[in-house]
Amino acid sequence: MKLTLWTYEGPPHVGAMRIAASMTGLHYVLHAPQGDTYADLLFTMIERRDTRPPVTYTTFQARDLGGDTAGLFQRSVSDAYDRFKPEAMIVGASCTAELIQDDPAGLARALDLPIPVIPLELPSYQKKENWGAAETFYRLCRALAGPHVPPPGTSRPVRDLGRRPLCNILGPTSLGFRNRDDLVEVRKLLDRLGVDVNVVAPLGASPADIARLGEADFNVVLYPEIADVAVKWLERSFGQKSVRVSPIGVGGTRDFIEAVAGLIGSDTAPLLNEPTSRLTWYARSVDSTYLNGKRVFIFGDATHAIAAARVATMELGLTVVGLGTYAREFARDVRDAAALYGLEALITDDYLEVEEAVEALAPDLVLGTQMERHIAKRLGIPSAVISAPVHVQDFPARYSPQMGFEGANVLFDTWVHPLMMGLEEHLLVMFRDDREFHGTAGPSHIVRMATPQPQAAASVMSSESQPATIQDVNAESQPDVGQTTTVWNADAERELKKIPFFVRGKARRNTERFALERRLTEITVDTLYDAKAHFSR
Amino acid sequence: MNDLSASISAPLECNDVLRERGQREVFCGLTSIVWLHRKIQDAFFLVVGSRTCAHLIQSAAGVMIFAEPRFATAIIDDRDLSGVAEMNEELDKVVTRLIQRRPDIKLLFLVGSCPSEVIKLDLSRAAQRLSRQLMPDVRVLSYSGSGIETTFTQGEDACLTTLARELPSAAADAPASLLIVGALPDVVEDQFRRLFADLGLGNVGFLPPRGSAELPPIGSNTRYLLAQPFLGETSRALDDRGATRLAAPFPFGIEGTSAWIAAGAQAFGIDGATVERTIAPHRERAGIALAHYRDVLRGKRFFFFPDSQLEIPLARFLARELDMIPVEVGTPYIHRQHMAADLALLPPGTLISEGQDVDSQLDRCRAAQPDIVVCGLGLANPLEAEGLTTKWSIELLFSPTHGFEQAGDLAELFARPLIRRARLGGGKP
Ligand code: SF4
Ligand code: SF4
Repeated sequence: MKLTLWTYEGPPHVGAMRIAASMTGLHYVLHAPQGDTYADLLFTMIERRDTRPPVTYTTFQARDLGGDTAGLFQRSVSDAYDRFKPEAMIVGASCTAELIQDDPAGLARALDLPIPVIPLELPSYQKKENWGAAETFYRLCRALAGPHVPPPGTSRPVRDLGRRPLCNILGPTSLGFRNRDDLVEVRKLLDRLGVDVNVVAPLGASPADIARLGEADFNVVLYPEIADVAVKWLERSFGQKSVRVSPIGVGGTRDFIEAVAGLIGSDTAPLLNEPTSRLTWYARSVDSTYLNGKRVFIFGDATHAIAAARVATMELGLTVVGLGTYAREFARDVRDAAALYGLEALITDDYLEVEEAVEALAPDLVLGTQMERHIAKRLGIPSAVISAPVHVQDFPARYSPQMGFEGANVLFDTWVHPLMMGLEEHLLVMFRDDREFHGTAGPSHIVRMATPQPQAAASVMSSESQPATIQDVNAESQPDVGQTTTVWNADAERELKKIPFFVRGKARRNTERFALERRLTEITVDTLYDAKAHFSR
Repeated sequence: MNDLSASISAPLECNDVLRERGQREVFCGLTSIVWLHRKIQDAFFLVVGSRTCAHLIQSAAGVMIFAEPRFATAIIDDRDLSGVAEMNEELDKVVTRLIQRRPDIKLLFLVGSCPSEVIKLDLSRAAQRLSRQLMPDVRVLSYSGSGIETTFTQGEDACLTTLARELPSAAADAPASLLIVGALPDVVEDQFRRLFADLGLGNVGFLPPRGSAELPPIGSNTRYLLAQPFLGETSRALDDRGATRLAAPFPFGIEGTSAWIAAGAQAFGIDGATVERTIAPHRERAGIALAHYRDVLRGKRFFFFPDSQLEIPLARFLARELDMIPVEVGTPYIHRQHMAADLALLPPGTLISEGQDVDSQLDRCRAAQPDIVVCGLGLANPLEAEGLTTKWSIELLFSPTHGFEQAGDLAELFARPLIRRARLGGGKP
């Protein structure tokens, strides 16, 4: 039993729903109580889907439990078949139905429907959403493409060099982070490399398309969280090769191009020699110097977190101070990536642990999921979202990929903008004595920041009359601190106010930490500058 | 709780009730935690359930992620189910960690879910055990918000039922008092308190209270008014404590609020003229507010998908005060007795459906092409995409809608989507 405030992932049957909702001609019958129908709103509200997801719930009630829940399940399956006429169905149990053990697989088989009906076993008390999605996709591939697998030992026929190579793009799903736009970018890249797309799955695929997966020469694995289990089976069964490089960032995209070209023996020069992403130039333009060594905390699914760390370090010159994932299935990959930056990866699905880590590290920028965005907001740290779980804001109306060269442009804008441009910072320092930039002036267009908010802004501003006490600051990460109470003297407080508001919070935190570590009871102007010297890098 | 055979005391007349059994598209009772935790400010709601339960509340609570919430889920895992871990010990550990983290908590609800019900985890015993350990700092109570037993607002009913049993007993000779039952936004609660004070009734209690220390005393001199239509079990528990329910329509709109206030006043011997005089200015103000929306809403045909049990009183309000036309009034469950006054005021022949078969209801809705559809979040955008205008039913629970001062706001909730569609030029997206 685990105490959970917020979860990164839903239950595994929500993963199965994401596969069903990604595809056409597939219907999911879920043995579940009425409340589980909430999951529909993930699709209709977050993704603004304009049709109901193709899911029928049995919505059994307590009064059904003593009676015939099995019969209810069978009726639901045959009614759903009659009404929706799908090409194939998946059936399974939610957490509650798992406990009543009605055997959806056997019950559905007994109906003998004229379409493939694929049973899912998704252990709700062990596994989570992404696992459920990956397992469902794998089961679908096995059931639908399985009949086309050549006998063992058959070697793959050599590709007819007269036709363009053919690939599958695997992994994009409903409720994935920017998958819709990533797909456009990746298709563009493949087309430039002379590759045709056989099937994109699960997003937009029909059961008939899944049956054709073996016809491709190779696979492109966009999101291993969803596709890897299925891809491994495809590799074994059809002898296909796969490209697993994630085309995120300029470097990632170039590596992806090389990997695809290497596989099909095509020439990358035309694509790699032309000007690609603005990120490369923007990161070198003078105002970006201020990005040097800005400390960034990264948390998300494995694909996006690992890629973000690489882009942050290699392409923007930031310093990664924390890297982690909630995707335990990919813990090893994230640990390996973290090791590149001399870090120990944070592998957890406990929101509170992530919050503690961010608080202790006090980074300049947080790149994470919507959860980390909220953590950052509360702590007054700039942030950008890089990964699912998603929010309605992660489905922007405009084109906004993460992958490919255009995706790299998007990364530059969305990560650097919250940090505020260096030039602006300098100007503000220069003009800090002007009336407009006096101590309590907030940013001109962010009205609410001018009045201290209880949590976010409390450390940014303090009133004259209230000396700040800091016994709580980093109490947990500073066990040797004891009960020291540190007070800002009036001069130091005044000096602090001369520091521009957007760095003042950090200056205050650093100074207090510095004082605390030295058990100083009073912060003077000197303490402030000692701390500044100590922390300056 | 949804058993149709239970508590059918007064047969319906004039209205056809279509009884439906099929797929439901509604939340379970856990959802009411979203407003209950905000109402009782020192209470914490700990769901004992699965990852699904945690995900449901998180999804329903949507944007409220900003602060550390006063609700959480103790997620049961396979170690608990296989008996590797002793579930009660595990629960005690979770509660201990929670209480350490949140010393501000004075009242802890253990909230049962489908999984905890199916495996027959006895949360009321767990609550007693934990209460013994944690009193006097923290009182621990339990109720079930499971989807196999409760639909959406029935979670509040179950919670208040538990509280009703905990209320302190009033002395046998205590003066008569009025109790208002059902979670109301503080602002609405204050309005009602002032109104009853103006009528000379100073002794008004509210259930649930804003703080767990303010549980109102109850006894045979307690008269109570239900402010919400979904409180069947709570009402029964209050009756068991000797209290008496005052029959009235629910306090939505001018008519409902007037009759509801009058029922309260009458029980305390306040004469009709005083009631009239006291509520007249409020009624007049509400009339002005409603008039703003009557032109937009008059003659519009509306269709309710079942959701909160608010449907019948709201249909009454829309039909009688805004001249709208009911096409179908779907409701998850009809408490015949509590709903009697509102049912009697519905236009004759109104089609009411009880329970749900969502696919056939969608067929009826599409065929009827109503001007406005009131439905859950899972259905709203798909129907909008088909060219229908919708109102999210959940907002009717989250916004202040009761009483005179909110009558205009309530009308506005229905007018808003129609005005919006008109602004955007009507038609399909
Ligand atoms: S319906 Fe049951 S299992 Fe589903 S969220 Fe509600 S209580 Fe949990
Ligand atoms: S006011 Fe502040 S936040 Fe806004 S653009 Fe200028 S510097 Fe940036």
